[in-house]
Amino acid sequence: MGVTRRQRALLVQGALYAVLAAAVVALALVADWPVIKENFWNSGGISWADGNWGDLITIGIVNTVKYTAIAFAGGLALGLVLALMRLSPVAPYRWLATAYIEFFRGLPALVVMIFMSTGLPIAFGWTPPGGTVGAGLIGLVMVAGAYMAETLRAGIQAVPKGQTEAARSLGMRPGATTVKVVLPQAFRIVIPPLTNEFVLLIKDTALLFLLGAAASERELTSVAKDFLTSGPSAGTATSLIQAALLYLAITLPLTQLVAWLERRQRKAVR
Amino acid sequence: MTASAIEVRGLHKHYGHHEVLKGIDFHVGAGQVVCVIGPSGSGKSTLLRCVNRLEEPSAGEILIEGVDICDRRTDLDEVRSRIGMVFQQFNLFPHLSVLRNLTLAQRSVRRRSREEAVEVARRNLAKVGLSEKESAYPAHLSGGQQQRVAIARALSMNPDMMLFDEPTSALDPELVGDVLAVMKELAQEGMTMMVVTHEMGFAREVGDKLVFMDDGVVVEEGRPAEVLSNPRHERTQSFLSKVL
Ligand SMILES: Nc1ncnc2c1ncn2[C@@H]1O[C@H](COP(=O)(O)OP(=O)(O)O)[C@@H](O)[C@H]1O
Ligand SMILES: [Mg+2]
Repeated sequence: MGVTRRQRALLVQGALYAVLAAAVVALALVADWPVIKENFWNSGGISWADGNWGDLITIGIVNTVKYTAIAFAGGLALGLVLALMRLSPVAPYRWLATAYIEFFRGLPALVVMIFMSTGLPIAFGWTPPGGTVGAGLIGLVMVAGAYMAETLRAGIQAVPKGQTEAARSLGMRPGATTVKVVLPQAFRIVIPPLTNEFVLLIKDTALLFLLGAAASERELTSVAKDFLTSGPSAGTATSLIQAALLYLAITLPLTQLVAWLERRQRKAVR
Repeated sequence: MTASAIEVRGLHKHYGHHEVLKGIDFHVGAGQVVCVIGPSGSGKSTLLRCVNRLEEPSAGEILIEGVDICDRRTDLDEVRSRIGMVFQQFNLFPHLSVLRNLTLAQRSVRRRSREEAVEVARRNLAKVGLSEKESAYPAHLSGGQQQRVAIARALSMNPDMMLFDEPTSALDPELVGDVLAVMKELAQEGMTMMVVTHEMGFAREVGDKLVFMDDGVVVEEGRPAEVLSNPRHERTQSFLSKVL
C-alpha cells in the first residue's frame, strides 16, 4: 500500500503533461512545416507591398466597421423604442413589442437578412434602399433591435424604483423622468452587455457575404473569401488567417474592455 | 383653527386582499408640524405616500390646500411640485452632481432659467450647510449629507409643505443630529410638515401634533407631550413602553 492521495494526484498530473508533450512532439515530427506555412501563411499573401493586406484593411475592415456601426446604431434606436414599449402602461404596446422581440429572437439573423434582400423584392416588388448590403443591414438591425430591447429593458428595470418616485414627487412628468433620470442610469448599467452586442454584430456582418456585394462594398469576410481564389495567395487559406487576425484585433480588445467594465461595475455596487 | 394644508378623509388602501389603511381621517393645518409614529408595518409610509399619490388610494378623499388630488381634473404633477418629499433612502440622483440634483426639477418643472435655478440651489445648499459640496456626487457624501441634500432638493421647488418618511432611520446615530437640526429650523420658519419618525425627542420638541398609528388606523392623536407622557390607549402605551 502506500500511494497517498497527494502522490496519486501528482502521478495523474505527470501523466497529463506526458500526453501533451508526446502530442506536441508527434505533431512537430509528422507535420510538413514548409507546406503548412505555404498554405496558411503564404509569403505572397502576407507581403506588405503587394499582398492581401491592402484590400483586407482598406475595403474589408473599413466596411465591416462601418456596417457594424450602422447596425449597432439602428439596433440601439429600435431596441430603445421596443424596450420602452415593453414597459409601457398601455397594454397593446406591450403585446406588440413582446411579439416582435420573441419573433425576431427566434429566427436566424441570416433568414431575416435574406428575406429583406430577396424575399421582399420578389413578394412586393420593393427593394430596400442601399441595394443588397442595405437590405441585409436592415435585416441585421431588425434582429439586433430585438436583442438590445431585452438588454435595455433589463437595464431600465435595474434602476431602483426610488429614483422614479423621487423624480415624480418633485413634479417631473413621466417623459422627463424617463429621459433625465432613468435612462442615463440604465445606459450605464447596460454598457457591458451592449459592448458584447457590438462584438456579436461585428461577427454577424460576415453574413452579408452570403448576400453578395459590389467589390468596394465587401466586408472583411467577403474580401478574404475572394482572395482564396484570386490574388497573390490564391489556392491557399492565407487570406482567411489574415482576416481572422484582423477580426481578433478588434474583438479581443473589446471583450477585454467588457470584462474590465464589469469588474469595475461590480466594485461600484456598494 | 388653521386652514387645512392636508386633509385626509376616510382613506382606505389595500393591496389585493391585504387592507393596509382601514379608514384614516387625518389633518395637517398650514404651518403645522405633525409627527406620525407607530410600529413597523402599521401603514405610516403608505399614508404618507398616498398624500402625494405615489400610492393610489383605494377609497377616500385627499385634499391638498382644499383641492382633491384624486379628482381626474387635478394636475397631479403640479400639486406634487408643491409637496416636497424626503425618503428614508434619500433617493438622490446618483448620475448627477449635487448642484444638478437641485436644479433638475427646477428647470424641468418650474421652467426656471439656469441662473435662477443655480441661485435657488445654492441658497438651499447653504441652508443645509453643504455649500462646499455642490460639485460632489452623491456616492461621495455621507448618509447624513445625502439626506440634507435631499431636503435641499425638495426645498428648491419652494414647496408649500414637506413630507418626511423616516428621514433619519437609515443614518448612523452620529449623523442623525445634523438632519434633525435642519428639519427643526424648517419647522421654526413655519414650514408645514408631516413627519413619520421614531425620533420621539424631535416629535416632543418640534411637533404640534403627534399621531399614533397601528394596524392601519389612527389609534390616538394629540399634543406630543400629552401623548408621550399620558397615552390614553393601551396600544399606544405598549408601543411607547417599547421605544422610549
Ligand atoms: N407595494 C406593496 N404591495 C403589497 N403590500 C405592501 C406594499 N407596500 C406596503 N405593503 C404592506 O403594507 C403594510 C404597511 O406598510 P408601510 O406603510 O410601509 O408600513 P410602515 O411605514 O408603517 O412600516 C405592510 O404590511 C406592508 O407589507
Ligand atoms: Mg415605512
